[in-house]
Amino acid sequence: MTLSIAGVAARPKTATPVQTRKFTLPLRWISPVALVLLWQLASSTGVLSPDKLASPLTVAQAAGELVADGQLGEAFAVSITRVLFGFLIGGFAGVVLGLVSGLSRWGETLLDPPVQMLRTLPHLGLIPLFILWFGIGEEPKLALVAAGVAFPLYLNLHAGIRQTDPGLVEAARVLGYSRFERIVHVVLPSAVPQTLVGLRIAFGTAWLSLIVAEQINADAGLGFLINNAREFLRTDVVVVGLVVYALLGLTTDALVRLLERRILRWRAR
Amino acid sequence: MASPVKPAVSVRGLHKAFGARTVLDGIDLEVEPGEFVALLGRSGCGKSTLLRILAGLDREVGGEAEVPGTVSIAFQQPRLLPWRKVWRNISLGLHKPNGRAIALKALEEVRLTDHADAWPLTLSGGEAQRVSLARALVREPDVLLLDEPFGALDALTRLAMHHLVEDLWARHKPAVLLVTHDVDEALLLADRILVLDEGRIVATHHVALPRPRRRASVVEQRTRVLADLGVDVEEAA
Repeated sequence: MTLSIAGVAARPKTATPVQTRKFTLPLRWISPVALVLLWQLASSTGVLSPDKLASPLTVAQAAGELVADGQLGEAFAVSITRVLFGFLIGGFAGVVLGLVSGLSRWGETLLDPPVQMLRTLPHLGLIPLFILWFGIGEEPKLALVAAGVAFPLYLNLHAGIRQTDPGLVEAARVLGYSRFERIVHVVLPSAVPQTLVGLRIAFGTAWLSLIVAEQINADAGLGFLINNAREFLRTDVVVVGLVVYALLGLTTDALVRLLERRILRWRAR
Repeated sequence: MASPVKPAVSVRGLHKAFGARTVLDGIDLEVEPGEFVALLGRSGCGKSTLLRILAGLDREVGGEAEVPGTVSIAFQQPRLLPWRKVWRNISLGLHKPNGRAIALKALEEVRLTDHADAWPLTLSGGEAQRVSLARALVREPDVLLLDEPFGALDALTRLAMHHLVEDLWARHKPAVLLVTHDVDEALLLADRILVLDEGRIVATHHVALPRPRRRASVVEQRTRVLADLGVDVEEAA
C-alpha cells in the first residue's frame, strides 16, 4: 500500500521539468513580440515614417506580393545558386588544402605559411581586386563566397587533424592498422568535430560574402531586389530581403547542427 | 637460462636516454613463451619505456630488443576509438573477413557480449578496460604487453580484472609482460617479478606459489619484494 502511494506520488515530480520547459519557451518570446508590436505602433502613429522603415504589416504585405508575383522566388533562386557554387568551390579548396597540410609534413611546411598569411587579409577587402580580375558578372561573387568559405574550413580541418590524440595513433600502430587505416579510423574521425565548427563558420561567412558581393552591380538576386527597392524608397521590400537573408543563414546553421547530431552521435551518453 | 625454445622476448644491453637523462641503463631480459613476468618499480624507473620499446613504438635505442612473434598491448587508458562501436574497436586492424564474429567471441571471453554495439564512451572504466583486453587478445599475440592496465580502476574492479587476466592468460598462454607498481598485483599474477630501479633490473623474484593465489599466501614474499623497492614494512607492522 505504501509502495503504491510512493509510485503515484513520484509521478508529478517527473512531470515538473517538462512543465517548466513548456513555460520557458513562450516566456522568451515576450520581448521580441513586444518589440514588433512597438514597431507597428510607432509606424501607425506616424512616429516612424515609411521612408525610414516600413511597418511590420506593410512588410508582411510586401512579402506576400513578392511571393505572389514570383519576384522573391526568382531572386531567392539566383542568390542560393551563387552561394551553392561559391561554397562548393571554396569548400573543395579548403578541404583539399587542409587534408594535404594536415596529413603530410611537407604539405604543412609548404602550404600552411602562405595560407596563414592570406587568412589575415579581410577577404571582403578583396572586392576591388576581384572586380579587376573577374569583371562584374557572376565570377567575382562566386570568388568572394569561395574565399570566405575556404579559410575557415582549412583552418579548422587542419587544427582538427593536428589535435588527434597521439595515444590513439600509437595504439593503432601496435594493433596492426595500416597507415591508410590509421588515417581513416583514427585521424580523420578525430578531426570531424572541429571541422564541423569550421563548416558552421564557413556558412556564416558564405552568406555575409554573398550579401556584400550582391551590392556590386547585381542584376538579379536578393541583393538586386534590395538595391532596386532602395531607389524607389521601398523600405518594406528592403526589410523583406533582409529577413530572407536571415532565414537562409538560420536554415544552413540548423542543417549543420542536424548533421552534427547525426555524425557525432558517439558522443551522446 | 638454457632453453630449447626460442624466447618470446630477448633484450640485451638495452640503453635509452632522453637527452641527458638515462632511462634504461643496460637491461638484459629473456621471457619464455607463456611466461608471466611483472616489471615492478616506482614511477620514472623506466618500466613503461621498456614496454614501449618492446611494442615497437620507440626505435631509437642502444642495444638489442627482439620480439620475434606478434605483439599486442593494453594501456593504462583503454585508448578505444570513441567513434567506432565496441565490436569494431576489436576487429579493426585484424584484417580478417569475419571480424564481427571474432569480436563477439572475444567479447564473450570478457563477458561484454551485450555491449558489442555500444559506443565506447558509454562504457564504465572497467568495461572499457575489458574491451581493451579483448582487443589485445583477439590478435592471438605471442607477447602481451600490459602497461599498468588496472592503474586507473577502482579497487573492486581491479580485483575482478586480476582474475580475468589470469583466466585469459591460462587460456591463450601468451608471454605476458605486466608493468605495475602494485606489489600485490605482481605477486598474485606473475611467475617472475623483476624489480626496476633507475633503468636497471635490481632484483628478480621467482614466484612459485600455486594458482589461483590468494592474498594471504603471498604475504611472506611481499615483504622481501618490498624491501627491494626500498620499502620497509617490518617497521610499519
